[in-house]
Amino acid sequence: MLAFSWSGLILSSVIQFGDLKPIALNEGETPMPIARVGVAQQGKEIYIDQGCLYCHSQQVRRKGYGADWERGWGDRQTVPRDYILQDRVLLGTSRTGPDLMTIGQRQPSADWHHLHLYNPQITSPGSIMPPFRYLYKTQKIGDAPSPNALTIPDTFPEEQPPEGYEIVPTERADQLVEYLLSLKLDYELPESRFAQ
Amino acid sequence: MSPLLSFFSNIDPQRETQVSPKVALSEVDQQMRVPAIMFTTFAICWLLVGTFFAIVASFKMHSPNFLADWEFLTFGRARSAHLNAMAYGWSNNAIFGVGLWVMARLCKAQIRFSGLLIIAGIFWNVAVVIGIFGILTGGLTSIEWLEMPKQVAPLLAFSYILIGMWGILMFRYRERGHVYVSQWYILGALFWFPWLYVVAQTMILFEPARGTIQALTNWWFAHNVLGLWMTPMGLATIYYLMPKVLGRPIYSYYLSLLGFWSLALFYNWAGVHHLIGGPIPAWLISCGIVASVMMVIPVVVTAINHHMTAVGNARAVWCSPTLRFIVFGAMSYTLASFFGSWMALRDVSLVTHFTQFTVGHAHHGVYAFFAMTMFGGIYFMMPRLLAREWPSATLIKVHFWFSGLGIGMMIVGLQLGGWIQGLNLNNPDIPFVSSDPETMTVIKALVPWLFSRSVAGMLLTIGHFAFFVNFAWMLIGPRAVRYKEGPTLLGNTEGKGA
Repeated sequence: MLAFSWSGLILSSVIQFGDLKPIALNEGETPMPIARVGVAQQGKEIYIDQGCLYCHSQQVRRKGYGADWERGWGDRQTVPRDYILQDRVLLGTSRTGPDLMTIGQRQPSADWHHLHLYNPQITSPGSIMPPFRYLYKTQKIGDAPSPNALTIPDTFPEEQPPEGYEIVPTERADQLVEYLLSLKLDYELPESRFAQ
Repeated sequence: MSPLLSFFSNIDPQRETQVSPKVALSEVDQQMRVPAIMFTTFAICWLLVGTFFAIVASFKMHSPNFLADWEFLTFGRARSAHLNAMAYGWSNNAIFGVGLWVMARLCKAQIRFSGLLIIAGIFWNVAVVIGIFGILTGGLTSIEWLEMPKQVAPLLAFSYILIGMWGILMFRYRERGHVYVSQWYILGALFWFPWLYVVAQTMILFEPARGTIQALTNWWFAHNVLGLWMTPMGLATIYYLMPKVLGRPIYSYYLSLLGFWSLALFYNWAGVHHLIGGPIPAWLISCGIVASVMMVIPVVVTAINHHMTAVGNARAVWCSPTLRFIVFGAMSYTLASFFGSWMALRDVSLVTHFTQFTVGHAHHGVYAFFAMTMFGGIYFMMPRLLAREWPSATLIKVHFWFSGLGIGMMIVGLQLGGWIQGLNLNNPDIPFVSSDPETMTVIKALVPWLFSRSVAGMLLTIGHFAFFVNFAWMLIGPRAVRYKEGPTLLGNTEGKGA
């Protein structure tokens, strides 16, 4: 019985779309999607081990089914080909927070992401996302303030570092933000064009 | 004779049928005593560990600053530790304890190799400890139901295979003749689980399949753990204990067969309904929806069978600790399954998908049905293994009421709140959060319901502690209640129940 369903559901999918390849819309263009590499890929490991998936999905449903399109989560629905180069697919089944398939387009600022991760209340008041302060360190200001130090708004006096100190991202925070910025759906595929 | 041949002829039950007489149940109980008590003890310890992580995760959801500076307890890790402690710790140990004991009793044969069970059981639990430690310290895989780092998977699979083999060998040695429906379910599940686990681990973690096939494999596995592992074990326990305690046969043998085969046929296709609207071919999703709706057949059949067996014995059900829990479990099975079939419809999934409604449904199945049934099984099994009675009827009542009310409150809260959350998510005019405190947001509408879940979780915690205290008291305390005085009941009855 189980072998039937395994062949029916999984083996047949392997046969149907197990050999999908990146494809260019027009001749001469770069075939899409392209693999994620470098710091962004390291950031994905942080995304995985912190368990972001348990509140954030990475899939855009078609226009007309749910409000994904109206909420601006993507210009088109995602299709199997979008995921073929990912070593681990993080579709997710929970949207306690918004979908993140295109967060790199919606929030292109690294500073925004750092403030949001440090304390989500700064950028998203009323959010129930946990603060990831442990991905940041408070250090004594050296000769000059670090260029990547967080600028915490005056409306959050309790989050300000002590006099003479600054809050800077750790390597892991930088990697995670790099990953979030890389989440984009800015290319078209033959089977999924924009505004579909 | 080669060692391999002699092994197989050694496990051939045909040779011994004439010489080995039917073994008395008391003898089975006595021989199963050590492994079954060991598994039950592990299970109850894991239940408390899982409850702790559940409370932490639940509080974090409405109060994100709670324990926020401890990385190992961040929400994603705490909720995964909760799920894995409950699924691999509590549930599997309860299954190994109660399920194998039911199997042994029904087989009425000499117990062999019980040392194998003990060793494999210890390895299993060591692996779960390592796995949960891994989740908390950065090894979380973010694959639902397979969160433990892949390094522990071989150890888990190996210890499981030893335990599963034991159950299958037990069946081989059984007394010839009629095979009871509980044995069908248990035997099926013992074969299904290793298949699921090994295939899913391989296709997602060791040799990742391409793209969203991983997601398909993930939900094929995760839904089948419920449907082809916990469900058959829970149903086997109900089928065994309900007629046993009531002292009357199961209503219909043919219905129970129909229930078994339709479950085996439909359930394993159903998991895809977790991906409705997602980036996988639509025909696969349609298959999943059809199978989910077809699940109505085994559920109705089983419900009729259970109901017709118990009907007219309300007093006995109410007075027997075992039956109270088991009947609660059986009724929850019916209700949770109907909800599941309904939730698989595209129009309903549009609202419930991605929300707390699904979380409520998961607890409906795993707790209100499976865990309550296993509690009932443990209440029946322990006095027979130990030849002593449960020390306190009050603690059993506390356990029943706090667990029953707690899970009821949790399901209602999460499903109502989840429904509202789903409607809000589908309305693009309602933002997730807003700097204007007057604006209605998705989160603001959800938080009170999340809070109700924490209250419900505390009720469950009280119930679990009552259970634990009663269990520990029974195990290590002086003989608080003598066997002669008769079983611990929850009310006056005319000599019925246990």
